[in-house]
Amino acid sequence: MTEKALKPSTTSANIARFREAGLLGVIIALSIAVQIRNPSFLTVENISDLMTNTAILSILAVGMMLVIVTRGIDLSIGATLALSGMISAQTVGAYPDLHPLLVILLGTLIGVVCGAVLGFLVAKGGVLPIIASLGMMNAYRGLTFMVSGGKWVSAHQMPPSFKEIATGSIWGVNTLIAIAILIYLCFFYFLNHTRTGRQIYAVGSNPESAAISGINNERILWLVYTIMGALSGLCGVLWVSKFASAQGDTAMGYELSVIAACVLGGVSIAGGSGKISGLLLGAILLGILNNALPLINVSPFWQMAIQGAIILLAVLINAVVKRGVERNNLARRKI
Amino acid sequence: MEQRALMSKKEFSLKRFFLQWEWMLVLIFLLVNAINVSLSPYYFNYDSLRDATMTFLDKAFIVLPMVLIMILGEIDISVASTVALSAVIMADLHAKGVPMEAAVVICLLVGTLCGFLNGWLLVRFKELSSVIVTLATMIIYRGIAYMILEDQAAGQFPEWFSFLGWGYVFGIPFILIAFAVCAIAFGLLLHMTTFGRRIYAIGNNPVASRFSGVQVDRIKIIVFTLAGLMAAVTALFLTSRMGSTRPNVAMGYELDVIAMVVLGGISTAGGKGRMIGAVIAVFLIGFLRYGLGLINVPAQVLLVIIGLMLIAAVMVPNLKRKRSAAANVRKEDAGIKEAI
Repeated sequence: MTEKALKPSTTSANIARFREAGLLGVIIALSIAVQIRNPSFLTVENISDLMTNTAILSILAVGMMLVIVTRGIDLSIGATLALSGMISAQTVGAYPDLHPLLVILLGTLIGVVCGAVLGFLVAKGGVLPIIASLGMMNAYRGLTFMVSGGKWVSAHQMPPSFKEIATGSIWGVNTLIAIAILIYLCFFYFLNHTRTGRQIYAVGSNPESAAISGINNERILWLVYTIMGALSGLCGVLWVSKFASAQGDTAMGYELSVIAACVLGGVSIAGGSGKISGLLLGAILLGILNNALPLINVSPFWQMAIQGAIILLAVLINAVVKRGVERNNLARRKI
Repeated sequence: MEQRALMSKKEFSLKRFFLQWEWMLVLIFLLVNAINVSLSPYYFNYDSLRDATMTFLDKAFIVLPMVLIMILGEIDISVASTVALSAVIMADLHAKGVPMEAAVVICLLVGTLCGFLNGWLLVRFKELSSVIVTLATMIIYRGIAYMILEDQAAGQFPEWFSFLGWGYVFGIPFILIAFAVCAIAFGLLLHMTTFGRRIYAIGNNPVASRFSGVQVDRIKIIVFTLAGLMAAVTALFLTSRMGSTRPNVAMGYELDVIAMVVLGGISTAGGKGRMIGAVIAVFLIGFLRYGLGLINVPAQVLLVIIGLMLIAAVMVPNLKRKRSAAANVRKEDAGIKEAI
């Protein structure tokens, strides 16, 4: 085989290679287009606003990527987020002197419990992820309403120290953005450089051979859903602190945006592939879209359909690209 | 159950007949009713029970094609959005002066088109699972409904249209009769035709069915299109009963529908289950809701109960299968040891 034959030849294989660069290109092109229509887009104020708004989405996307890599899906995260946000808001309302870090810990713990229950159902019970998470979504959402008694926890019931979680800053960086960066660094290391991280990909790309090579599939699945729950719990606290209100229907349907960010970032729904770098770009692209559409006077009622169309388009492009890669692999092996 | 029908040599066993999941459902159904009767003195009343069916039967129309979809081993979570989109388009057209008869036809066409699009995407892009395709179309269909009506409601339908949701024929609600007719039609389609047999074959092994000459793609498209059509039928009945429609109508119906199908004994892995089970499950969940509503259980608690029921219904057969698989392995081991 000559060296030339080893190089990818089809265009779709090239796209797969430069997916991140392509995404970056789309982000830049979109930013320029929006900037021409509305000059207030690329201002420091708007960009920092955009980043804080995208922080929560991008944190959740990390957890969702792990779940999707193992061929699953989690529709319950919006409900988990609401439940953890509601309970921590009520706690902080009752004990205003509580240290914010303790509240964050409490919210994360609630998320861990929610995620572990779902993970148990998927890993040990053998329930399809879509059905298990659909069922738990309703259970958690109902629990949130029951805990709150249908009432809101509003801004004046929360102490300033709690609201400062989202508005404060560490070394000049907004806390939300700092937390998101920290989580991305941790998970970059976890996914690429630890044994468990690699095992997650192994379980996703081929569960049978993973099991044969001695990986405990059930444990990995359980872990993945628990991580997802922990991140949603954490985001519950951040969300409530940012918007200074906790309601029964907080973050309803937010799971769809998170899945959209993953799909845009090149996480394959078939499992086994997805990179932290792509994911970050996907989340930022979605964040820009959410931020830019109102700026260029697109009706808020159009946003849902546009988001859906983007998800579908991204999924279809992924599928076509994958086909090209596979064809190219076959060509390389001269089959 | 299907295997049993194939192995006709196996003798008929009364015990096995009564150990089927469907009898289990009947038992739970009676239990639910007994509890309801004991909890509320107003429950057992022919008129109110009859009228209760009108409140939950609208979504039952989607249960029927969903049974076919899940026997195929697929899932469709876009049905609720299809209901919203077809209802919104119908109401909007009528508000703009289109005669109601034409609007109803267009409503059915829109639903059919939505379903067809789902099926076509699935067949055209085989590497995509039905979860992600219908998730995307779920957002798109609901999004288009929001584009059309924004946050408005549309209503003011002619007198005859309310007959669908509120009318009686010989003292029986029209919706109950319509559901019975559809359920029998779908039951016959699934259990008495080659089309139905092929659905089971695809659910058990899509590759083998394709090699045996079953047109897998065509059947998939037809089944998903049927789901769209029945979602539009649901839209008709729902709009008629509510008298007006909004883009957020039928939110969360997909959960109810999937819960009913799964509770009816249709395996989420595909290839197993019967229409009658799902029909019993429709009435089971419907009367449970009605009874709990009578004793003032809040809607949010109902959400929790239905979510947990859905998971329990999937988990119980799974655990049983796991145990029997383990028992088989033990038996095999013992056999091997004996042979040695």
